[in-house]
Amino acid sequence: MLMLKCPNCGVTAEETEFAPGGEAHLTRFASGSEDQAFSDYLFARKNPRGVHFERWRHAFGCGKWFHAARCTATLEVFGTYTGQTSTPPDDITAAVKAKRPEWEGFK
Amino acid sequence: MSTRLASGGSVIDRETTVSFTFNGKTFKGYKGDTLAAALLANGQTLVGRSFKYHRPRGIMASGAEEPNALVNMGVGNRFEPNQRTTTTEVFEGLTATSQNHWPSLEFDVGAINNKVPRLLPAGFYYKTFMKPQWAWKHLFEPIIRHSAGLGNAPKEADADRYEYFYAYVDVLIVGGGMAGLAAALEAGASGAKVLLMEQTANLGGRLAVDEAIIDGKPSADWIAQTIADLDAMENVTIRTRTMGSGVFDHGYAMGYERINDHAPDDTAPRHRLWRIRARRIVTATGALERPLSFAGNDIPGVMLASAVRDYASLFGVSAGDRTVVVTNNDDAYRTAIQMKNAGLEVPVILDARPQADGALPTAARALGIRVDTGKAIAKVKGYKFVTGVEICSQAGEGTSLETIPCDVVAMSGGWSPVVHLWSHCGGKLNWDEANAMFSPDPIRPPLGSDGKGFVLTAGTASGELATAAALRNARTVGRQAADEAGFASLTVNLESLVLAHDEEPMLPVWSMPAGAPYKLRSKSWLDFQNDVKVSDVRLAAQEGYESVEHTKRYTTLGMATDQGKLSNINGLAILADSLNAPIPNVGTTTFRPPYTPISLGSIAGEARGKLFKPTRKSPIDTWQDANNAVWEPVADWRRPYTYRRDGETTAQAVTREIDNTRTGVSVLDASTLGKILVKGPDAAKFLDLIYTNMMSSLKVGKCRYGLMCTENGFLFDDGVVARLSEDEFLCHTTSGGSDNVHGWMEEWLQTEWWDFEVYTTNVTEQFAQIAVVGPNARKVLEKLGGMDVSSETLPFMGFTDGTLAGIQARPFRISFSGELSYEIAVPAAQGQAFWNKVMEAGEEFGIMPYGTEALHVMRAEKGFIMIGDETDGTVIPQDLKLGWAVSKKKTDFIGKRAMERDFLKRDDRKQLVGLLTENPADVLPDGAHAVEGGKNRYGQENMIGHVTSTYFSPTLNHSIAMALIKGGSKRMGEVLTFPIGDNKTIKATVVDPVFYDKEGERQNV
Amino acid sequence: MSNAISILNGATFDGAVKITEAGLRGMITLRGDLSSVQLKSAVSAVVGLGIPTQRKINRGPKGGVAWMSPDELLLLVDYDNADAIVAEITTAMAGEHHMAVNVSDARAVFLIEGQGAREVLAKGAPVDLSTDAFRVGDLRRSRIGQLAAAFWMTEDDHFELVCFRSVGAFMFDWLSNAAREGSVPKYF
Repeated sequence: MLMLKCPNCGVTAEETEFAPGGEAHLTRFASGSEDQAFSDYLFARKNPRGVHFERWRHAFGCGKWFHAARCTATLEVFGTYTGQTSTPPDDITAAVKAKRPEWEGFK
Repeated sequence: MSTRLASGGSVIDRETTVSFTFNGKTFKGYKGDTLAAALLANGQTLVGRSFKYHRPRGIMASGAEEPNALVNMGVGNRFEPNQRTTTTEVFEGLTATSQNHWPSLEFDVGAINNKVPRLLPAGFYYKTFMKPQWAWKHLFEPIIRHSAGLGNAPKEADADRYEYFYAYVDVLIVGGGMAGLAAALEAGASGAKVLLMEQTANLGGRLAVDEAIIDGKPSADWIAQTIADLDAMENVTIRTRTMGSGVFDHGYAMGYERINDHAPDDTAPRHRLWRIRARRIVTATGALERPLSFAGNDIPGVMLASAVRDYASLFGVSAGDRTVVVTNNDDAYRTAIQMKNAGLEVPVILDARPQADGALPTAARALGIRVDTGKAIAKVKGYKFVTGVEICSQAGEGTSLETIPCDVVAMSGGWSPVVHLWSHCGGKLNWDEANAMFSPDPIRPPLGSDGKGFVLTAGTASGELATAAALRNARTVGRQAADEAGFASLTVNLESLVLAHDEEPMLPVWSMPAGAPYKLRSKSWLDFQNDVKVSDVRLAAQEGYESVEHTKRYTTLGMATDQGKLSNINGLAILADSLNAPIPNVGTTTFRPPYTPISLGSIAGEARGKLFKPTRKSPIDTWQDANNAVWEPVADWRRPYTYRRDGETTAQAVTREIDNTRTGVSVLDASTLGKILVKGPDAAKFLDLIYTNMMSSLKVGKCRYGLMCTENGFLFDDGVVARLSEDEFLCHTTSGGSDNVHGWMEEWLQTEWWDFEVYTTNVTEQFAQIAVVGPNARKVLEKLGGMDVSSETLPFMGFTDGTLAGIQARPFRISFSGELSYEIAVPAAQGQAFWNKVMEAGEEFGIMPYGTEALHVMRAEKGFIMIGDETDGTVIPQDLKLGWAVSKKKTDFIGKRAMERDFLKRDDRKQLVGLLTENPADVLPDGAHAVEGGKNRYGQENMIGHVTSTYFSPTLNHSIAMALIKGGSKRMGEVLTFPIGDNKTIKATVVDPVFYDKEGERQNV
Repeated sequence: MSNAISILNGATFDGAVKITEAGLRGMITLRGDLSSVQLKSAVSAVVGLGIPTQRKINRGPKGGVAWMSPDELLLLVDYDNADAIVAEITTAMAGEHHMAVNVSDARAVFLIEGQGAREVLAKGAPVDLSTDAFRVGDLRRSRIGQLAAAFWMTEDDHFELVCFRSVGAFMFDWLSNAAREGSVPKYF
């Protein structure tokens, strides 16, 4: 069971306080968008073995959403960061790169 | 025969006797005894029967690894099967009975299986019972059901209480033997917060039995001093009778504390499950001795060599008078020496090694003990107890050289570190060729959230079997753990001066004798509880089983309650040998938590009875409960289904409530409806995106029914939105939807539209919401007094703020019944007071409360949909004739893009219709399917839709239903057929789903 | 407001630790920019206290103010004046985006008092409640068993806990069970 640090209230808490929200940094496709783009937005999710970016909500805590960069194979947490960004911030990608030099970067 | 020795027993209190019963016989033991020790002290060596062959079983070990000596404990509501006698402390009044036999322990009919073992080989249940087919159900299964299983299942609810406890520590140490104590001392000295857990009642582990001199102190003194030093450290906590049961991701560990198993009482919880987060976990779990595989090694009296000396040393109990020791290592000589020194006979030590000239063998010989090297046991004689051994050369095929009478066989096949906790979360193992054991590989530990190892092993658990090396390792690791947890160590010297016997190398011996033929192999047990023998594993290999995981499941090796603590390595070695593969290539089975079985009660914790699951209760709940509410669960709430009066059936009560509402006035507790405040300069813009309707055009003081869809376009919640001011809205949701919808709004605000200036608050429970409904509703409100509730001031779909009957109130003119209706929100703390005033004021108009079923029927009469009835996560508003509530003007809202997809625009989608049955009295079953005639390619009826809501309408005196039917809007007037089972069908005509007051005149008055 | 009743009307349980349903407490959810001067002075005007730092609670003679999330405070005020205080805040915050709501009736409040109070909570909250980790003035939102709750320490071995009103009776039963005589782990 994971331990995650909520960047909004500063608590490092166990997974039972959090609710998972799936893949992070999706681009929303709204009315008028191409079928393929909309379908990918709705259904096509990354499922990498390794570095992954996720959304979490501190459901039993401050109620705020945040992002986590995590390794799905070892469960290592590279960092958690604000929910109000559409790409991982530089310090997070640097932290990932430091631990996983072979990582090709956020795409 | 086993008995109590005149002296000895470091953990028992000979001043305090306790009496207990075993199979109805009363025995005496001493305080501090385990049940196993006390049984042996009373000469009770036969304690149970094995799983498959019902072979007699005795006590083999002295701790958690015991495979055999399991008993039923307690009676009635404190009955529990499969309790290990070796880890159960005796107490006054303990009752135990032996398991898995019929009619008695001494005479067991099931032992017939033992006479025909060839009928029950490895994987017998896959082979033997295949034919004839009928026999399984009528013959084999009933017999197997009768004879299988170990203990009996408890029949009464558990009388005890259980609980959890959350703890956060820097260093968790599992195991209170020498290594655990030493590691704790080092870690504690650094100032780190240390928790040490020991599964037994006593600290010291093997060091309390196998004497050594550490820094000039004999074992007992060193242990006492170390405990005193630890007690003096405020940052160190020691919990005995607490087992480290599992290690999980990110430093999570579970501890199983048995609070009063040794002294039951009604006050304290019985077990406490510790849920621990540790920066570092040190497993100082020691090692387990391995049995040897020789014929008859399961007969009561054959024991682990270490257990024999544990009973003598810790409990002052001799396992027997004449002990033959059989070994492949030096350690077992300690048993011989101890027995001899206790004045008991040791006729021979059989050592499979060609020579034995180390310090311990020399000491044994000096005591006059006969030592035969290169020798083995051909077979053990006896059935319910050991009578002797036939000895042979280890090298040969088991030709008997001599028979030696004895009543105990003390065996040692070497030691294996307890690697379970290390392995639970992914720690890897190395094969140690010299000691023939798997030990933890410190460079491949389980990884924590920082990507670093968080488990370390200390002492023999690291694979350091010699005392001095184990102590050095433990101290180093204790310091390292504290250091990694962020605490600098203070001590400098990690060396201790240890005086203990040096040991010569052991010799791996997996089969005894080396060339044992089938006759001997088929009597050489590997798994004593599940009756798996050397011959079974060889058979599995012969039949093509190469994977150790498959072999385990095929033979059931290691699948019993002891999870193969004694059998795994031996079985693995036999498999490797049969496959001609090196042992590390075959690998081990997976180690899974818990280390030993823990009570189901401890897993459930306090969550039982009235604490099983929270039920949300409305502010009117107490009144409702006192007024004959028939409860039904609605999401996490409980709500009155109806209020049944004396002599009424539930259905009659519902009909009465409907009639009263349609003709007079009734009152409904609608407090459970979700209420979310949405406020800010962008609130209107935001709600335009959340709802399919246009909310920005709603006028202040007005209400509008709104729909919420997912991005898939599917309808998931609905409710009335009231505009409180230019920038503030109150959104009502379904009873079950308030938390979801609030979370949904926050998710969009926080993760997509974070530039919007909008705040939300869930105010569901701030208000009691009481609906006064029916043609006389206004009269009741007028009587309550305090505000103008006329249709001019407060028209349909309006609301206002003021007081009613002196209570702050906000009536909404909204209706879910089709009648004149006021839903009045009052502060929750005054909900009951307001309810009472409504009942008082309504008395002259015949007011009565109504429940959710009347609500449902009335809304169905009006054709109003219900989330969860007419919706199922695949339904769009247009399917439900709610296209009018989907804005065509807005450029965007959640779900709009999906509604542009071809599939959602098709006109043959399942659409909402009303149904009137041919026979007005026939009520369609909920979920009944309409069939079109003809069969599909699987020979099934062609189905075109299903009933979503169905009731008998007392208002119309006719059965009514709503259904989702393929292309339904074009089928008006069509008669559909609904098979309802037993070859019966109900026919119903498709009609408009609004059955009553189509113009809405009744609600708009 | 003689009509108003709290969820358990002040029920108590005397075990190893004392559990009390605290009765009606005035509570206001205030959402806004916690660094704003206007908000700071509005809070100060109604409870006479400054804005607490992350996960802290400030308490004084006029009430308390608790940090609930980066844009949310919980004001503890006199129950009867809660609506008036909401109005006062709304006036003081005019022109600045915020939300002030009386949530007094949506909550149940419990006092957990006596030696072992930390341990009672630690039976249900996955939170480090040891003496060095949780101190007077600390506040934590978490769960107690299956229920969402927020709690803070008012003095040593004295906690206040809030949860939703609808589960107040369940919370009381839960706390009472955890506080039974003879069941304190004596760990902290």
